[in-house]
Amino acid sequence: MDKPLNQKAWLFVLPVLLIVAFSALIPLMTVVNYSVQDTFGNNQFFWNGIGWYIDLLDPTTDLGGRFLDALWRNLLFSAIILAIEVPLGIAVALSMPRDGWRVAATLVVLALPMLIPWNVVGTIWQIFAREDIGLLGYVVNRLGIPYNYTADTLSAWITIVVMDVWHWTSLVALLCYAGLRSIPDAFYQAARIDGASRWAVFMNIQLPKMNRVLLIAVLLRFMDSFMIYTEPFVVTGGGPGNSTTFVSIDLVKLALGQFDLGKAAAMSIVYNLIILAICWVFYTVMTRLDARRG
Amino acid sequence: MSLVLERVGRSVGAERHIDDVSLTLERGSLNVLLGPTLSGKTSLMRLMAGLDHPTEGRVIVDGTDVTGQHVRRRSVAMVYQQFINYPSLTVFENIASPLRVSRRPREEIERKVREAAALLKLEPYLKRTPLELSGGQQQRTAIARALVKGADLVLLDEPLANLDYKLREELREELPRIFAESGAVFVYATTEPMEALLLGGNTATLWQGRLAQFGPTPTVYRRPSTITSARVFSDPPLNTMRLHKRGGQVVLPTGEHATARGILAGLPDETYTVGFRAEQLRIGRGEGEAMTMTGTVAVSEITGSESFVHVDVGAERWVAVCPGVLEVEPGERIDVAIDPHRVFAFGHDGALIAAPPLVMAA
Amino acid sequence: MARIELADLAHHYRPNPATDADYALKPMHHVWDQGGAYALLGPSGCGKTTLLNIISGLLIPSRGRVLFDGKDVTHLPTESRNIAQVFQFPVVYDTMTVYDNLAFPLRNRGLRGPAVDARVREIAALLDLTPDLTRRGGGLTADAKQKISLGRGLVRPDVAAILFDEPLTVIDPHLKWELRSKLKALHRALDLTMIYVTHDQTEALTFADTVVVMHDGRVVQMGRPDELFEKPAHTFVGHFIGSPGMNVLPAEIDGATARVGGVGIPLARGYTAPAAGIRTEIGVRPEFARLAPAGTGVPVRVRRIEDLGRRRIARVELAGHPMAVTVPDGLSVSGEASVLMEPAMVHVYADGRLVEAA
Repeated sequence: MDKPLNQKAWLFVLPVLLIVAFSALIPLMTVVNYSVQDTFGNNQFFWNGIGWYIDLLDPTTDLGGRFLDALWRNLLFSAIILAIEVPLGIAVALSMPRDGWRVAATLVVLALPMLIPWNVVGTIWQIFAREDIGLLGYVVNRLGIPYNYTADTLSAWITIVVMDVWHWTSLVALLCYAGLRSIPDAFYQAARIDGASRWAVFMNIQLPKMNRVLLIAVLLRFMDSFMIYTEPFVVTGGGPGNSTTFVSIDLVKLALGQFDLGKAAAMSIVYNLIILAICWVFYTVMTRLDARRG
Repeated sequence: MSLVLERVGRSVGAERHIDDVSLTLERGSLNVLLGPTLSGKTSLMRLMAGLDHPTEGRVIVDGTDVTGQHVRRRSVAMVYQQFINYPSLTVFENIASPLRVSRRPREEIERKVREAAALLKLEPYLKRTPLELSGGQQQRTAIARALVKGADLVLLDEPLANLDYKLREELREELPRIFAESGAVFVYATTEPMEALLLGGNTATLWQGRLAQFGPTPTVYRRPSTITSARVFSDPPLNTMRLHKRGGQVVLPTGEHATARGILAGLPDETYTVGFRAEQLRIGRGEGEAMTMTGTVAVSEITGSESFVHVDVGAERWVAVCPGVLEVEPGERIDVAIDPHRVFAFGHDGALIAAPPLVMAA
Repeated sequence: MARIELADLAHHYRPNPATDADYALKPMHHVWDQGGAYALLGPSGCGKTTLLNIISGLLIPSRGRVLFDGKDVTHLPTESRNIAQVFQFPVVYDTMTVYDNLAFPLRNRGLRGPAVDARVREIAALLDLTPDLTRRGGGLTADAKQKISLGRGLVRPDVAAILFDEPLTVIDPHLKWELRSKLKALHRALDLTMIYVTHDQTEALTFADTVVVMHDGRVVQMGRPDELFEKPAHTFVGHFIGSPGMNVLPAEIDGATARVGGVGIPLARGYTAPAAGIRTEIGVRPEFARLAPAGTGVPVRVRRIEDLGRRRIARVELAGHPMAVTVPDGLSVSGEASVLMEPAMVHVYADGRLVEAA
């Protein structure tokens, strides 16, 4: 009875610690180890210090240039995705039914795209958008609009953006829907009595009450889109040229294509730190907002 | 069992939730935690239960320090403001659930559930599910479940707050009897002074995370140790006035001078805060030694059995309660009288300096 | 400004009601005067919220009409009825300041400039919200938020009636007094029709000039607080109003005497013997029944005495029936005792309804 701390508890934590060590810490240390060395294959490594990091952060070098290009593409992609999916998700959530059997039906339909594996999504769109046999690509071309994602940069971008919107807007919509459902009816009644317009209700009730889930949605969508790999890799393979080569795709090219393990390792660590930094900013903003609402 | 809190405190970040609370709760006692919202009632209960751990001080059960011990190791049952039952189980199974968890024999479960159901008048509903019951019956089910567990400590956190007025009255009347039949330490949190009086037992008045006073309920009511305790334990709110006593005279809020009588007579020259409850403020000219003042009626409220008159006297706003129907119009000038033998005098630090002698009701 | 008329109103939620029990609101006809303070009082499920929703326009009654100043508004939506409503949980636009909250209904109606400013400041002063005008609505206490909800209703010059739906539920007891007296003062100052729904008798009785007691979809009594208290028209009203409620004892009526289990209780006047099969009871409030030493009145046995601070109540048994009576100051009795009842305050009920003087 009087034993305040139970040392046996550590035994239960041990498996987790081991798994974390093997799955995260050890690979991470391996990457750190690679990033300070150079290799020409044959498992021969040479000490390179922070050389790769200096190159990476200097846009005039070859490595720094391609990293910066890829990073800009990532940021642009995330910005476009957020600019489309967040308003669209809110709009979808607002137009969803509030009760009855339609709620369940809508939820199932909305959840469907999210249940499809990433690479299958990629394959679906890769075929769907082909100009020769894809339903979408063929129809668009027949309408007289030139569209070919394997040859044209704009077409490629439109394809991966539309694909991501199709795949993930439901997530934003579902989160917003949950936020909307938590608003008591009294708020809507009061707003009607106050003579508020539809827009005023949105701005003064729905948006403020949704902002917490909205921040979560933005954070999730940002992280996911910033780390995107599978779908564009399956659809465009990073092309045409390097026009859809995101950092993650570039990493794979460097590491597995050119077998530049040192450069790739350094790049992945910088990439990782950027993601962490952005997440930290998000986290701070969210907690500040929470504190202010108090 | 007995439960002792020894100089217990709890801070969360920069916020002080509980500050230096010492309490001794005896076996088989009923203890009311009385205080407004955010006064620390729920925080204190969570410390007693072991759901939270104090950042200072110790929690001692039957002489054993349990400060860091987990709630699951302690013998605690809780009833909340919300009606918390298993929605898919019948009332019988809901009440039986703690016994099933501790794997008691079937006959014992049957017997204990029947007993608890009889005590809480739930016998006709044993086969229903909670959603088919009224709010009052749902809360009775939750209380029955807490009782049947046979816990040493039963915590009730504003259990009647979500009930209709009349249902509240009914349960409030039955609870002391129900508690008396169990040997546990009961702790009951409420914001309502009337509820504390009806439940009896001991009352702890709480204000901003601090314990203002702890003692037998009628004593705390009739002899508040501080002005804070008196304020917490007054509904309608405590009436107060600042009185300067000089040479056997006091200056009333109206600016008039009066002879210091009653409990004020024996006090040294000083400035006091005099407190008195609504029932101590009489409408009309006082008799004998009463201090009579003229004020302006702000609002009057009539409940049929009683009338509440809010009156402005000087810079003070007081409430008087009188039996029956008293028709007065706002703005009307009326006399009010205070019996100086029946007021409390508090010093500048808020501590009680003088009070009427304690005559216990039979 | 409005006189509210409920013309042959009834409501049922299920289609094709067959019996009385299917009606959430049984047929009624009432006229409520402009400028009155009304309280709808009753337990959960008595139909008071249904009635409020019909008045506010959230529900269209299955039968009858709602008239505001003679104008049929039965089918008008809430926003066209010029009413304001204060809900159980405070509704405040969190991101706006208190000032903008109060100005919101005016701006929505196209008002701008100094007229809005003057009105907002006037209402804020009335509700003691002036120091908080620049603060955000979200961070305020529950009672301040409830004042804002009320303020948004009051700010409109055209408002006909203010409806309150258990507005003090989330307010601490000591603040309830303040808010209640504020409401009362506002009602006097503004000459508005106010309708207040609650299950709390103290709130209803202190707020309203006229209390409408509802039970099981029916208005069982409508009257001034003192009428409801002194002369309950129904045993339900007697029980529901007053704390503790009226004592209702089964009795045989024999002229000017009621017999409860063989014990005679004097009545103020003679009653004719009721027809067979009618349940007769007497009702007397604890306030009009005083405990006295044994041998001075109706014999009772004292069970226990409750100390309520400003008064004491004895729980006694009269011929086996539980009863609550007042303990006069200074009296100390236990075991065998007597009860003295004021004959004029002992009422006779037949099948639950008050038997009035012929």
